[in-house]
Formats: sequence, structure tokens, C-alpha cells
Amino acid sequence: MTRFRSWGLPLLGAVTALAVWWSATAVFGIRSFFLPAPPDIVEAFGRQPAYLLREAGSTVAVTVTGFGIAVVAGLLLAMTLTAWRALERATLPVLVALNSVPKVAVAPLLVVWLGFGAQPKIVLVVLICFFPVVVATMAGLTSTPAELSELSRSLSASVWQAYVKIRLPWALPQMFVGLKVGISLAVIGAVVAEINNPTGGLGAVIVLSGMSFDTPLAFAAIILLAVLSTTLFYLVVALERLMVPWARAISG
Amino acid sequence: MIALTRVSRTFPARTETVAALHEIDLTVAEGEFVAVIGRSGCGKSTLLRLIAGLLEPTSGTITVDGGPVHGPRRDVALMQQQPALLPWRTALGNVLLPVEIARLPRGEGADRARELLDAVGLAGFHHRHPYELSGGMQQRVALCRALIQQPHVLLMDEPFSALDALTREDMAAQLQALHLARPATTVFVTHSIQEAVLLADRVVVLSPRPGRVREVLAVDIPRPRSLGRSAALPAVAECVAHLHDVLAKAGDDLEP
Ligand SMILES: Nc1ncnc2c1ncn2[C@@H]1O[C@H](COP(=O)(O)OP(=O)(O)OP(=O)(O)O)[C@@H](O)[C@H]1O
Ligand SMILES: [Mg+2]
Repeated sequence: MTRFRSWGLPLLGAVTALAVWWSATAVFGIRSFFLPAPPDIVEAFGRQPAYLLREAGSTVAVTVTGFGIAVVAGLLLAMTLTAWRALERATLPVLVALNSVPKVAVAPLLVVWLGFGAQPKIVLVVLICFFPVVVATMAGLTSTPAELSELSRSLSASVWQAYVKIRLPWALPQMFVGLKVGISLAVIGAVVAEINNPTGGLGAVIVLSGMSFDTPLAFAAIILLAVLSTTLFYLVVALERLMVPWARAISG
Repeated sequence: MIALTRVSRTFPARTETVAALHEIDLTVAEGEFVAVIGRSGCGKSTLLRLIAGLLEPTSGTITVDGGPVHGPRRDVALMQQQPALLPWRTALGNVLLPVEIARLPRGEGADRARELLDAVGLAGFHHRHPYELSGGMQQRVALCRALIQQPHVLLMDEPFSALDALTREDMAAQLQALHLARPATTVFVTHSIQEAVLLADRVVVLSPRPGRVREVLAVDIPRPRSLGRSAALPAVAECVAHLHDVLAKAGDDLEP
């Protein structure tokens, strides 16, 4: 019964949605140019799997590189800002202002500045997922419970020991909240950049298939994107389970 | 030895300042066990924090082993009112934290940590995480962590408050045995008159708002004492009754 609940019910939902979609296209005679039926999409994928997988690989590369840079830079910035209150006061408003700029609007400018290669795409990914990582990590680093700070003081821990043994591990669960938001945004950033600058990646596939009215191909690309985004998200979740198994236990 | 001379501590509040402690005079001799009782909010935790060097007195002086207190010291151990365990460490790992921070050899520390955990009835729980332990078990892990460095001065803030009556007696007996074997200069905050009389050489009663020393009672009962056997002694009954009266006069009953 519980296995049915955890696997059967979601599966049933997915199958039902597929069935409704498929029968709608059949019953109403919707042309596949307008809304392709599931078999059209499978067929589109079957026509050029190597091409689609190569472009998916390119999207993954951009996403992961950008996300990696954003995480490293974000963690370093969060550590610096929480260690140095004056700097935090000075830079946080600037950061917030920068973050409120819609990143999508910057995409064409990045192409002007950085050309048509992978660089402007990676930079857009970094811009879009940097902020949640910084904010979540800062929240984690400043939420050390008073009794734990007192403990480290009473043990005469050095600043470094207090950081490594208490503050940083305590911040990990919140940091992962930022990473999970970040990885989802990273995929969006990569696709936006590719649509803007269609020289490669699944975003480019969608743009080009639109030009040639190949809607099933666009759908195949979109479904690949969804699979990719979900996989990356759950990889971060798996890393979280590995690194902070205690977080789920204490948050109940 | 711990010596407090006219120690006061106030905290800034929104409108006025809160006087937590007012002109406390207290000396705890080398190896002496002093219990502190008093109603909730009368400044017991503040007193321990001052001695531990975590807070500075607003006025007055505190010395530990002859030197003024400037900050926390490695030979002074504080067991806080909350267990304050690290959730990502096992019971054993938590007990070893002070050993790691003081960069002492881990192997020796681990042996001692295991002995301590066994002594407080946590054999078989060495590798459990805090969230797998009950509140009372967490408190006992925190007690082991305070004892692991064999501190010269031991400050304990209601160490047994989360335990049931029987476990409480066991722990008190353990603590007494440890103290007899290796007497640390101890300040022990408790809400239980019985526990104070059982363990202490002297009992300090604080009165609330602001916290002052209301009375200091010497407990001249031979050791080892036990709740079971000593409770019937007239001297014990007298001490308990007297402390009860003093506390009741302070305006409020003790919390259980
Ligand atoms: N950091 C602080 N800031 C402001 N006020 C404080 C602070 N710490 C303690 N106080 C105040 O000082 C008084 C004494 O607090 P303390 O924690 O020492 O009491 P306590 O005797 O340990 O009480 P309990 O038995 O409930 O633990 C209280 O009125 C409290 O509000
Ligand atoms: Mg207290």
C-alpha cells in the first residue's frame, strides 16, 4: 500500500496526463505543428538522437560550469560578508540592487560584451544563481544558536576552530536551500542565454525548430530540458543527504 | 579557588536596566563543592557565566586561582543549562569536542570519553546522534563533555533538570564519586534542595530581583551521602527544612 502511494500514485497521475493529452490531439484532430501528440515527439527524438544529446550536453556544460562558479564565488562572498560587518553594510544594498535587475534583459548585452561563444551563457548562469547562494549561506552563517557560540567561547576555541567545527557545519542545511534554488535557476539561465544567442544547446534547438516549424522537435528539446533540470536538482539533493544527514532529522 | 567581591551585573533593557546580580560576595575554596539555589530568573546562570569569563561584571572583581578573570580558560569547564550538542556529531564526538579544540591526543581522550559515557549510563549510545537521544540523555552527554578535560573548576547549570527522579539520584551519586576521587572546585546550580544538600559542602541561596546572596548554609554531613540512606538523618532533614523556609521567605516557592 505504501509502495503504491510512493510510486503508483505519481505514475498513475503521469499516465493519466499523457492519456488526456494524446486523446485530445486525436479527438480534436489537432495538427502536430500546433500541438504534437506523444508519438510525434518520440519520433522527432528518434530522427536525430545524437544531435539532441549533443546539444543537451552543451546545455549541461554551461549550466554546471556557471553553477559551479556561482557556488564557489557565492560561498566566498558570504563568508567574507558575514566575517566583516562593515563590508556587509556597504555591499549588500549594491548586491540587492544588482539582483533586482531582470537577468533576462542583460542577456543581449552580454553577447555584445563577450561575443557569441560559451562565455556570455556561463556569465548569465552565474548572475542568475549567484544571489540565492549568497543569501542562503549568509543566513546559515549568522544563525548559529547562542548556546553553541557560548560553548565555543567557553572552550577557548580559536576563531578558525569555531568557524570550521561549529559555524560552518551549522550553516550547511541553509546553504543547501540556496543551492537547490540556484541549480533550478541555473538551467533557466542557460536556456535563456541559448535562446538569445542560438549557437548551441537545447535553447538553440528550440529557436531553430521554431524557424523550421518543427514543433515536435521543440517539444523533444523541452522534455529533455525538464529531465535535465530534474536530474541536476536531485543530484544536489543527493549531495545534501550525503553531507547533512542530520538536518532532516532535527527539522523533524 | 574562586573569589567574588561585591560583584554586580546589570543588563540594558528597553527602558531601564535589569539588575541581574547585586553585590555578590562569595568564595569557593579549592576543591569545595558549592550548590546555588534560587528561584527562576534570580541570576544563577549569570553567576556561572561571570565566573566562566563569558560575561564581565558591571562592577566588582572575580578571581579564579588568584588571578582576575579576563575570559574563558581551558581549566574552567562550564556545563550550560541547554545541552548545546552539535547535531552532526555522535555522543562520543560531542564529548571529544573539547579534546579536539585543546589539541590533546585523541586516542587517550576517546578512552576517557567512553569511560565517562559508560559511567553516566550511556553505554551502547556512543555512536548515536543527539536527535536519537532523549533530553535527559543529551544532558548526560553534555555532562561528560564538561568532565572530559578534568577541569580544575567545574561550573554546572542545572545539569540534571531533564532527568527523572531515579536517574537523577544515580547521576548525583556518580558526580559525588567523581568529586571524592578528584575534587574539582565546583559551583553547581540546581532547583532541588535535596540535591543541593546531598552534594554540597555549602549551599548558597540567592534571592531574586536583583539576585543577592540571601544565605549560605554549611552542610556538615559525612560523605559519601546518599538520598536513600542520608535522607533519614536528622541533620539532613534540618538542612532541607531550613533551606525550604529561606526560599519560601524569598517570596516564591521553588520550581520542582
Ligand atoms: N543576555 C541577557 N540580556 C538581558 N537580560 C539578561 C541576559 N541574561 C540574563 N538576563 C536577565 O538576568 C536575569 C537573570 O537571568 P539568569 O539567566 O541568570 O537567571 P537564572 O537564575 O539562571 O534562571 P533560571 O533558573 O530560569 O535558569 C533575568 O531577569 C534575565 O532576564
Ligand atoms: Mg539559568
